Amino acid sequence: MRSRLSILFASLIWIASAQAVAQTNGLRLPKTIEAGTAFSIPSTGSGKAVLYIVGPGQVLRREVQLGEPAAFASGDLHNAGHYLIVLVGGSSTENGAFDVTAANQPAALSFIARPSRLPVDLHDGISGVAYVFDRFQNLVLQPTQVSFQLSGAAGVPQMRTVLTRHGVAWTKMDSASKEGAAQFEARVGNAEGKRVIQQVPGDPCRLRMNARASGQRMTLETEPVRDCAGNAVPDGTIVTFTETYTGGEATVDVPLKRGIARTEMPAYNGATLSVATGVVLGNEIHWGKGQ
Amino acid sequence: MKRARQAQIVRRLFLIGCSIFAAIFVLASDQPVVRIEPTDSVGPRTLEKQTETAVIRDYLKAWRGLSAALEQNSADLLDRDFVGTAREKLAGTVQDQAKLGIQARYLDDTHDIQLVFYSPEGLSIQLVDTVEYDMQLLDHEKIQTTQHVRARYVAVLTPTEVQWKVRMFQAESE
Repeated sequence: MRSRLSILFASLIWIASAQAVAQTNGLRLPKTIEAGTAFSIPSTGSGKAVLYIVGPGQVLRREVQLGEPAAFASGDLHNAGHYLIVLVGGSSTENGAFDVTAANQPAALSFIARPSRLPVDLHDGISGVAYVFDRFQNLVLQPTQVSFQLSGAAGVPQMRTVLTRHGVAWTKMDSASKEGAAQFEARVGNAEGKRVIQQVPGDPCRLRMNARASGQRMTLETEPVRDCAGNAVPDGTIVTFTETYTGGEATVDVPLKRGIARTEMPAYNGATLSVATGVVLGNEIHWGKGQ
Repeated sequence: MKRARQAQIVRRLFLIGCSIFAAIFVLASDQPVVRIEPTDSVGPRTLEKQTETAVIRDYLKAWRGLSAALEQNSADLLDRDFVGTAREKLAGTVQDQAKLGIQARYLDDTHDIQLVFYSPEGLSIQLVDTVEYDMQLLDHEKIQTTQHVRARYVAVLTPTEVQWKVRMFQAESE
């Protein structure tokens, strides 16, 4: 609030005291300049003046000779943005403005790929976002084509070409049906970004167990546990065996070892045995005489 | 002689009157006027109202931070609201201003904000802001000019521990 007031008062004083100052707005300026390119600003009159190029992105101050163009070398003004140009001479102030746009040639990408690990066979499970920059780290706001590619050890690579909007392009890809690392790549011109996506087996698809007598006990063993695409579910995944018998229930949690879960439980005649892992329920066995 | 003196007094009174009137006007409208464009679709991710409110609040706060940093030539004032490229570039401007003895006062009057992109993983949100502001340029504390500016800014904000911070901040041609 204080600075707003101070600007206002200062402006009033400045306006009141600068009756002799003419603001001709006579600066002949280009409407836009490409970031990092050389340019010059012509001036009229004679004598010395100070030229300011001011914006939040950059500020330049030059002492110039009126009547001669003020030359700026390539790279002098490299941050894209809106700039005010102020030429302050002995008895006059001229104002103007121009925009500095990002260089046409994309030079860098900021590529965000998520997630880094996901189950196989997931539709639109992988997302990629690419921001396109020029060599001065200006966001290239002109629509630009970005190519996305997801390729793994197996299967055909997925490819998409997306036009940027406000400097950003995004896409979604499916995870492959086979487990393993996939390379997710975004490319624009010579700039590229690469990320590795780990594709892991999904939930078990089918769970089956067998039971066999072993003295007073019985041995329960699953068939190799796989997801719906046939990938082996990782070792360590917990499989729960449950035995329900007259007057009680017993539960055993067993981690998968080499794709199989195995345990021993007391053999009660008439018991019902079930198996489950995660949200997947397997087959039931009714244990009776003769088994 | 007497007439000239009277004219001078009248001129002074007029200026004082203008200042008081303007001060009342400014005090009444200290905050910028903010208009938010409807955000039916901002891309792949659904934008919750709470997120939208937080993003706009933090973006407008960033303008105040920018204004203070460029007026006081203190890059530390950018830390609260800017990160990454935006912070680096603005800090560069602050350094150049300090070196040249320049100060710039930016006072945002109006914002017309449209959220245009919310990334699928929720790690960045982009907005376009047609902003009107007053820029006053001072060289060694002497006012060189005061300009009213209308420009279109593109900003990308990313979430941090407690707030959204501006990561990219760039004006584009209207």
